Amino acid sequence: MSGPLPDAGAPIVADGLVKRFGAFTAVDHVSFRIDRGEIVGFIGPNGAGKSTTIRMLCGLLRPSEGRALVAGIDVAQDPEGVRQHIGYMSQKFSLYGDLSVAENLRFFGGIYRVPRAELAGRTRYAVDMAGLSGREDALVVTLAGGWKQRLALGCAILHRPPILFLDEPTSGVDPESRRRFWDLIAALAADGVTVLVSTHYMDEAEYCNRIALIDRGRLIALARPGELKRRKLGGDLLLLECEPVGAAIIALEKAPGVHDAAVFGNSIHILVGDGAAARSDIPSFLSTRGVTVTRLEPIEPTLEDIFVQMVSGGHGTEDVGA
Amino acid sequence: MRPRRLKAIAVKEMLQIWRDPRSLLIALLMPFMQMILLGYGVSLDVKHLPICVFDREGSQTSLALVKRFQASQYFEIVGSFDNYRDVTRALDRGNCRMAIVIPPDMSERLSDSGSSTVQALVDATDDNTANIAIGYAQAVVAAFSSDLQIQSLGMAGNPPQTAQPVTVESRVWFNEDLESRNFIIPGVVALVMALVGAQLTSLTIAREWERGTMELLVSTPVTPMELMLGKLAPYFAIGLLDAVFCLGFAVFWFQVPFRGTLLTLFFGTSLFLVVVLGIGYLISTMIRSQVGAAQIGLLVTLLPTTLLSGYAFPIDQMPLAVQAVTYLVFARYYVTILKAVFLKGSGILDLWAPSLAMVAYAAIVAFLAARAFRKRLD
Repeated sequence: MSGPLPDAGAPIVADGLVKRFGAFTAVDHVSFRIDRGEIVGFIGPNGAGKSTTIRMLCGLLRPSEGRALVAGIDVAQDPEGVRQHIGYMSQKFSLYGDLSVAENLRFFGGIYRVPRAELAGRTRYAVDMAGLSGREDALVVTLAGGWKQRLALGCAILHRPPILFLDEPTSGVDPESRRRFWDLIAALAADGVTVLVSTHYMDEAEYCNRIALIDRGRLIALARPGELKRRKLGGDLLLLECEPVGAAIIALEKAPGVHDAAVFGNSIHILVGDGAAARSDIPSFLSTRGVTVTRLEPIEPTLEDIFVQMVSGGHGTEDVGA
Repeated sequence: MRPRRLKAIAVKEMLQIWRDPRSLLIALLMPFMQMILLGYGVSLDVKHLPICVFDREGSQTSLALVKRFQASQYFEIVGSFDNYRDVTRALDRGNCRMAIVIPPDMSERLSDSGSSTVQALVDATDDNTANIAIGYAQAVVAAFSSDLQIQSLGMAGNPPQTAQPVTVESRVWFNEDLESRNFIIPGVVALVMALVGAQLTSLTIAREWERGTMELLVSTPVTPMELMLGKLAPYFAIGLLDAVFCLGFAVFWFQVPFRGTLLTLFFGTSLFLVVVLGIGYLISTMIRSQVGAAQIGLLVTLLPTTLLSGYAFPIDQMPLAVQAVTYLVFARYYVTILKAVFLKGSGILDLWAPSLAMVAYAAIVAFLAARAFRKRLD
C-alpha cells in the first residue's frame, strides 16, 4: 500500500486497483502503467469494469484496495490535486443541454480558470474542432450525437490537461463521426497528451497504441494490437460459412479437434488444433448433422477472436509485453 | 475559494433558471398565487356572521332589538322565523351560525320586573367563531339594555344618567382596526418565502444528478463551497425579488400598515433567505431525485411554517411542549420580525433575539450544507 511505486514517473499508474460494491467486485486487482503521449484503449463488454477503473483514476470513486497515481498524485489521498491535470468525458453525455455551445465552453473555461487572454482563442479552437462554427448559440440539446461528443471533448481539453480520460466517448455515434473523433484523439496524443479511452467497439482498438482487454473486472491482456494478434491462439483459426448456423455451433462443440467455436455475424470462427486436418474433416462431420458448409478457410485472427478466446479460455491475468 | 469559479457557476445557474419553465413558475408565479390564496383565504375576523331571528313578541321593543342586530357590522340577518322547528333546521343546515330568540313576554317582563332574557342559540362547531359571536351578541344586547335603562329613567323624571359607573376605555395599539388580516399577512409573506425559497434550491443539485451533469462537475476542480455559494447567489437574488413583491403586495394590496424601516426589513429578509435557501440546498445534496427533493422541501417548510411559526395561530396559546418545538421552526423568527417591523415599527436592535436565532440557524445550515456535498460518486 505505501512506498513509492516503481513507475511513479508515468502520467498514469495503477497498482493493484480493486473496487468492490458490496459483495460485487467491479475491478479486481488491475495494474498498468501508461506513458506520456500514449493512447491506451480499455476494451471489454459492458459491465467489465472499464468505467469503474476510469472513475477511480479521476478520483470520483475511492479504490477499495490498491493505489493509483495520476500526474504523480495519489488519487485516493488527493483527488482534488488530480483534477486540474485531467480532462474527463463521462460515459453519459454530461454537458448542459439547456445551455448553448458557447455558454458551455464559457462555463468550463470559468471552472478551470482558463486565462482570460487565452479563453477566446481556445474557445474558437474547440468550436472549430467540434465542427460547430456558426452554431455557437445553438442549445446543446439540439445537437446531433457526433457534434455533442466532439463538443464534450472540446470542453474536456479547454484547460489543456496533459491527461485525458474518455469513457466510451463514441458510443451511439455514427461511424463517420467516430472516425473524426479518433483523428482528434490521435492529434492530441501527438501533442503529448496521454489518453486513456474505453470502448466496446473492437474495431476502435486499431487506433490505440496499446489495448487493455478487460473482462469481469480483471485485466486479461495489455499489449499493442499487433502483438495481441500475433499471440498464439493455441491453434489455427478457420472461417466457416454454413446453413443453419445455430445447428452448426451446437454440433461443433463435440467435433473432434475443435477447441472453440464462436458466432461472428452470420459466420462462425472455429479454433482448431490442426487447420489442414480440420478443413478436411469438418464438412463431412457437419453434413451428417444436417449442416451445409458453403465456405471453410483459414483466416487471420482479429482482436475480437483474441478477446473471445481469452475470455472463454479462462486465462488468468497475463501481462503481454507492456 | 475562487471568485472566477463562483461566477461561472452563478451565471450558469441563472441561465438554467431562465430557461427552465418549472423554475420560473416557482420563482415568479407561485409567490403571486400564494399571496392571493393565503391572503384572502386566511381570516380570523368574524364579520357579517349569518344569523336568524325568531321574534315571538313582535312588539316595538323587540323590533328595536332586532334592528340593533341588523345595524351591527358583525351580523347579518339571513332569516326570520315564527317557530322553533325552522330555527333548528336553519342551524342544522348551516344557513345561519346563531339564532336570536326573543321571548313572547319581553316587554311585559321589562315593565314588571325591569329585566328580561333573550335566547341566543349558537352553532359552536367552530368554537372560536362561536365565542366571538356570543361576545358581540352580548355587546349588542348590553348597549340596547343600557339605552332602555336611560329611557325608562328619563320617563320617570330622573335626570338622564348617561355614563356607566365603571367602564373600560381601551386603546388598541399596533393593529388599531383589530383586523386579523394585519396580523396574518406579514406571516403569510414568511410562509410564501419559506415555500418558494426551499422549492427553488431543493432542485438545484438533484437536477445535476438526474441529468448526469454532476459526474462531469465533480471531476472538475470546483470546491463544494464554490458550488454552494455559486448556486445560491442567483436564488438569493430571486428570493429578494420575491420578497419585494410579497411585501409590496402586503402593503399596497392588502393595505397592511408598514411602520418599520426598509433596512430592518431587508436585514431580516436576507437572514431568512440564507436559512431557507440553505435548507433547500441541504435537502438537495441529500436526495438525488428532483421529485423527492421537492417533496421533502415542501414537507420541511410547509407543515412547520403553517402550524408552528405563529403566523396565524399564536405560539403562546400552544401547550408548553409544542411551544418548545417551535424554537426549531426557523420561520417563527422571521414571522416575529415581520410582524414587529410591520405593525410595531421595531428596529434591528429591538429584534436582536430573533435575529440572533436566525444567524445561528443560518450558520448551522450553511455548515451542514457545505459538508453534505461530497465530490464523489460513491
